[in-house]
Amino acid sequence: MKLKSNIATSENGFIFNPATGDSFTSNGIAAEILAYMKLAETEQEIKKRILDKYEVEPSQLERDWDDYMLQLKEANLLDL
Amino acid sequence: MYVSQNQQKSKALTIAVTGLNANDNPGPGLAVIRALREGFGNELRIIGLAYETLEPAIYLKDQIDKTYQIPYPSAGVKALLERLNYIQEKENIDVLIPNFDAELYNFIKIEKELLSVGIKTFLPSHKQLEERDKINLKAFGDKNNFKIPADEVIFKSSNIDIPAEKFGYPLLVKGKFYDAYIVQNASDAHKAFHKLHAKWGLPIIIQEFIKGTEINIAGLGDGKGNAISVIPMRKMYITEKGKAWAGITIEDEKLIALAQDFVKATNWKGGFELEIMKNDKGDLYIMEVNPRFPAWIYLTVASGQNQPKALVDLALGNTVDEFSTYKTGKMFIRYAWDNVIDVEEFQKFSAFGEL
Repeated sequence: MKLKSNIATSENGFIFNPATGDSFTSNGIAAEILAYMKLAETEQEIKKRILDKYEVEPSQLERDWDDYMLQLKEANLLDL
Repeated sequence: MYVSQNQQKSKALTIAVTGLNANDNPGPGLAVIRALREGFGNELRIIGLAYETLEPAIYLKDQIDKTYQIPYPSAGVKALLERLNYIQEKENIDVLIPNFDAELYNFIKIEKELLSVGIKTFLPSHKQLEERDKINLKAFGDKNNFKIPADEVIFKSSNIDIPAEKFGYPLLVKGKFYDAYIVQNASDAHKAFHKLHAKWGLPIIIQEFIKGTEINIAGLGDGKGNAISVIPMRKMYITEKGKAWAGITIEDEKLIALAQDFVKATNWKGGFELEIMKNDKGDLYIMEVNPRFPAWIYLTVASGQNQPKALVDLALGNTVDEFSTYKTGKMFIRYAWDNVIDVEEFQKFSAFGEL
C-alpha cells in the first residue's frame, strides 16, 4: 500500500489531497502510520514498528490495518 | 505609478469596473478591484460603473474612487456610449473591465468607439460570446469534443415534458443569463420555468442532471489560443443559488488541460470561467462557460496568478507570459459585512448618478 505522492500530511494528523481538495483528520496512531508510509516504509516494516512500540496483538493489528487501508482507499489517498 | 511598456512613461492607471453588486449572488466587480489594487498598488484610480443604487461596492470608498450610474443593457449601445463618453471626459479611463454576462454584447459592440476615446478593453468577440451561450453550448461541445450534458431549449412550459421524458428527473432548469434550479418533479419544473421566465425572459434551458463534484475554473485567454492563466477551484460550500461561498484551489492536470483546450478551440480573448461537474468516473462535464471573471477571482491572486492584472496588461498591449505554477490548498471563505453609510450618500447617487 502506497500513499499518493501528492498527499500532504501534518504531524497533528491533518491530511490534504490537493487533487480533490478533500481534507481529513486522523488520530495519533493513524497519523504515525501515515508518516511511515510517506517515508516509503513497507507494510511489514510499519507493522513491526507498531508491534514493537505498542501493546497490541498481531491479529488485532491485522484487523485494524485492513480497516484503515480500506478507509484510505475509499478516501482516494492510495496509489493503487 | 504604473509604467506602460508601450507608452514608455509613467502615469496613474485609471480602470473602470462593472459588477459592483456584492450581494448573495455576487458580481465579480469587487473581487476584480481587490486584485487590481494588489497588482498595481496605490497609484491606481478605480471608477465603478453601477446599474442600481443599492449595489454595495458603490459605497466602499476605500475600494472605489468614484462611481457612475450607467444605463441598463436594454437601453442600447447609443445610451451606453453617450454615458461613457461623458464619464471619459472627466475620468480619462485607461481600461474598462465589464463583469456581467448580460452587458457584454453591448460593450463588445462599442469596443472601437471606446478605443477611439482612449478606453481599452480585452473582450471576446460576438462570435465567441455566442458559441458558449447556454443555448448553443451543447453544439459547441459536440463540435470541439467537450463533454456537455444533453439539453433542450424551450419557449413554453408545456414543452417541459419532452426533455423530462428524455432525461428523467432530477433535471436542471436554467435561465437565459443567470440562475438555475434542480427540480425533482414536473410541478417544481413548471414553477422554476415561470420564475426564470419572469426574471430573465425566454428561452429556458432544460438540462440533464449530472451528479458529481462541482469544480470551477477561472482562466484568461490571450485571443491567440494561449491560456495565460488557469486556476481550478473546488466548491466547498454552496449556497441555495448554487454559488460557491467557500472553495479551495486544487491540482488536477485534466482540469488545466480542459481549460487550455477550451482557449485553443475558441481563441478566447479575456477572462472566463468554466463550471465543471466531475462525475464518479472522473469525466469532466462543462456545465457552463461564463464569458468573464468569476466572483471568486481574488483566489487566483492568492494562489499566485493575478488574472485581472494580467488582463489589464494585455489590454494595454504589454507582453504577458503564461503563468506556470500556483499554490494548491488556498481557500476562500466569503462573508457578509454591513457597511454603514449616511442617507446623503445614497441620495447623492440616486439623484445625480455619481458618487
